[in-house]
Amino acid sequence: MAAAAGAAAADEAEKARGRRAALSFAAIAVVLGLPLWWRTTETYRAALPYADIAALGELSFQLAAPVAVVFAPGSLPGDLPRPLPFRETQEEETLLNPRTSITSRYEMVYRSTTAQEEAALDAVTVQEADATLHPLQDASLGSLTVYVIPETSSLLPQGISVYVGKHRSALVRAGEGLAALRARLQQVTQIMSFTTSSITAALSDRVPASQLGPDARRHFKSSLGYEITFSLLNPDPKSHAVHWDIEGAVSHYVQPFLDKLSFMANFSVDSQILYYAVLGVTPRFDKESSSFLLSAHSLPHVINPVEARLGSSAASLYPVLNFLLYVPERSHSPLYIQDKDGALVGTNAFHSPRWGGIMVYNVEGPAPPQASLPLHVDVDMVRVMEVFLAQLRLLFGVSREVLPPEFLLESPGNEGLADWELDRLLWARTVENVATVSTTLTSLAQLLDKIGNIVIKDDVASEVYRAVAAVQSAMAELAAGRLHSAFQASKEAVTSSERAFFDPSLLHLLYFPDDQKFAIYIPLFLPMAVPILLSLAKIFREAKQRKKEPTKTD
Amino acid sequence: MPDIFSLFQDQAEQFFKSGHTNNWAVLVCTSRFWFNYRHVANTLSVYRSVKRLGIPDSHIVLMLADDMACNPRNPKPATVFSHKNMELNVYGDDVEVDYRSYEVTVENFLRVLTGRIPPGTPRSKRLLSDDRSNILIYMTGHGGNGFLKFQDSEEITNVELADAFEQMWQKRRYNELLFIIDTCQGASMYERFYSPNIMALASSQVGEDSLSHQPDLGIGVHLMDRYTFYVLEFLEEIHPASQTNMNDLFQVCPKSLCVSTPGHRTDLFQRDPQNVLITDFFGSVRKVEITAETISLDPNLAAFESKPPKDELAAEPLKYAEQLPVAQIIHQKPKQKDWHPPGGFILGLWALIIMVFFKTYGIKHMKHIF
Repeated sequence: MAAAAGAAAADEAEKARGRRAALSFAAIAVVLGLPLWWRTTETYRAALPYADIAALGELSFQLAAPVAVVFAPGSLPGDLPRPLPFRETQEEETLLNPRTSITSRYEMVYRSTTAQEEAALDAVTVQEADATLHPLQDASLGSLTVYVIPETSSLLPQGISVYVGKHRSALVRAGEGLAALRARLQQVTQIMSFTTSSITAALSDRVPASQLGPDARRHFKSSLGYEITFSLLNPDPKSHAVHWDIEGAVSHYVQPFLDKLSFMANFSVDSQILYYAVLGVTPRFDKESSSFLLSAHSLPHVINPVEARLGSSAASLYPVLNFLLYVPERSHSPLYIQDKDGALVGTNAFHSPRWGGIMVYNVEGPAPPQASLPLHVDVDMVRVMEVFLAQLRLLFGVSREVLPPEFLLESPGNEGLADWELDRLLWARTVENVATVSTTLTSLAQLLDKIGNIVIKDDVASEVYRAVAAVQSAMAELAAGRLHSAFQASKEAVTSSERAFFDPSLLHLLYFPDDQKFAIYIPLFLPMAVPILLSLAKIFREAKQRKKEPTKTD
Repeated sequence: MPDIFSLFQDQAEQFFKSGHTNNWAVLVCTSRFWFNYRHVANTLSVYRSVKRLGIPDSHIVLMLADDMACNPRNPKPATVFSHKNMELNVYGDDVEVDYRSYEVTVENFLRVLTGRIPPGTPRSKRLLSDDRSNILIYMTGHGGNGFLKFQDSEEITNVELADAFEQMWQKRRYNELLFIIDTCQGASMYERFYSPNIMALASSQVGEDSLSHQPDLGIGVHLMDRYTFYVLEFLEEIHPASQTNMNDLFQVCPKSLCVSTPGHRTDLFQRDPQNVLITDFFGSVRKVEITAETISLDPNLAAFESKPPKDELAAEPLKYAEQLPVAQIIHQKPKQKDWHPPGGFILGLWALIIMVFFKTYGIKHMKHIF
């Protein structure tokens, strides 16, 4: 009996030890094992500023442009609210959609002319006046100076009341009072800096396509660099030996334009000559003018056969702009392009959005029959560059608003780009860059939310932080009116955000469907879990039994 | 003056109806081995049509998982035929394969789509599309319910594909996308798409097999799959200016010819398929505008340059870099090999020896070692 009791007690102790062992196994498995497994199999995500990125989703642009309005003697309107000099701010807010709004602010400073400016305004022609006034102005990017001259002044030609120069200044004829002057000033400042439509065009990602005009789809998107290729196509080398001084033409006419844009992007220019390159379309012979005609609806089919030979795929990773000069064969000369209505196109050229332009160059005059072939042809580079520069400007997005007839806009001439046109481009590009960064970062955050197994390494996270900081600084600089630093900050933000989004490491882990995950883990965990669960069940059952027993013995 | 501007606007509006300015194509064949000849022929036939309709090689990413033209088992080397009796050689003279053989993997395919390509990859291997690109994606190979097999060793699932398209959409890497797949149970691959502006076609529904078309007794394998064969017949009628729309492409290969039921999905696409031209995806019709204005330049001013001309470097005669630095190789000293700790095998061997030693002689001999 005592031995049995002793055995029973030892048994009981053994069982208790067993229970404690099972419980401790279960405890260690749950407390240590589960968290360890979770931490070692989760995807590594460095910390990202999700709150800042979400804040970037709502963009309210504040564009500030400093404008100086200078009154020449005899042009002061009688109803000025305060004596000169004084400051005024004109603000206008446009709500594009619930997440995007644009506030344009013109900080106007009204003052009278200095002695030097008065002397400059006494010049004979308005171009001279503009040139002399240029060093006296505020030359920072984004600023404007408007000179108001008396209504009777002969500086501006008859019938013209506004003259916009090559730099950042305009001359306005004083009207009948302050209200008319203000309206004029608003028109001028909008032309020379930004309008709601030009900024909306830059925000093509965030704005439905119906609100945009064709301009938005024509020009190249903002990029860090561009590759410009000039090609001479000579399909008939037996008849024409064509020479073009492309190096000289580029350095004289194109390089000044690119130098002005140099801090916007990197440019590289190359040229080539292609022989036996034909257009894909046969031109039609027109008896009346005894010339060959290319109709407008056959133009789209011209580009594809030539594109394969242009070698643009071997060029850099930057977008390529192709400018082709085609010298027609002797049997198809002269060749003219017809527009939709059948009229001959004056420039004999056409361009394709986001691709480049083609110009047809006809060899001068019919050659005498006894001339020895091949004819020596020297291409008139000035005529050619006039067209190519115009196409280059269009492809970069330098477009002009429709103007009322009393406005006179100075042609930029050999520089290719007026300073205020550069400003317009920069306003649009900065806004575009900021919008791009916002889209990139918010979509990165959304992707990380949706797809669970994208890894974020530390360097990617630091790029994201840099992008967020740069974009916030760009918005602040825009609101302060400093266009140059705003653009630099926006460019930096775009570079960082693109580098972060397109980092090759973000594709590291591929998708594992749920049934594959089970198939991997079950052979590891099930053999370990079954004894623990069964022993826990046994303990539980025994505990329930013991609770019932005392009631029974009662 | 204003008249010309409004005319210009009219012209521009008409030319921009479909909203894209360039076209890209990504053509993928995922099977290797000689008996999967038909998949390579499928892809090359689509490549040929797409090139004929105007998309240049620089805008086509062609991925072929195996080389059939120069395969040792090919009785007609340097050819890939798509019709029996060797009617049509789709390999041609100017095929440009961007990803070949073992480079065709799920990872590379997803990298091409999402743009997350390691730096240093050549331009021909990248999909440099932008928000105004229409992309055609054609995939063929062996597939199943929800997956497509790559190279007989890995798979891409429909969820991964849908996620890749979503990543493309987030970064605006396409304007519209046409996805065509010719595999067994192809419709399962487009079930999970959720990004806008995608139209999808498949050669068979879930539970059905896509069948091959005709064997050639001379070559010994099946040359094409049925669905792609009839799509190709349809595309041969298209020329760059044709106005055929997508509804006609949906009718291609009815059940009587194809045995499987081709399917399509247009709910994510914004435009009505009736208004979508075939050439919007298969061809590359450029939009053009007449250049109306010029910038007036003054040739006389060109003489005054704001920048001084760059100094000409003394022109050295150009020569090739040394291809084989013989002198360096001859006088090379033997390289110092870095010391590595002993690897697993050596350690295991020593552990075994020591264990045997102690088993035989007992642990008290440990002091003789240490």
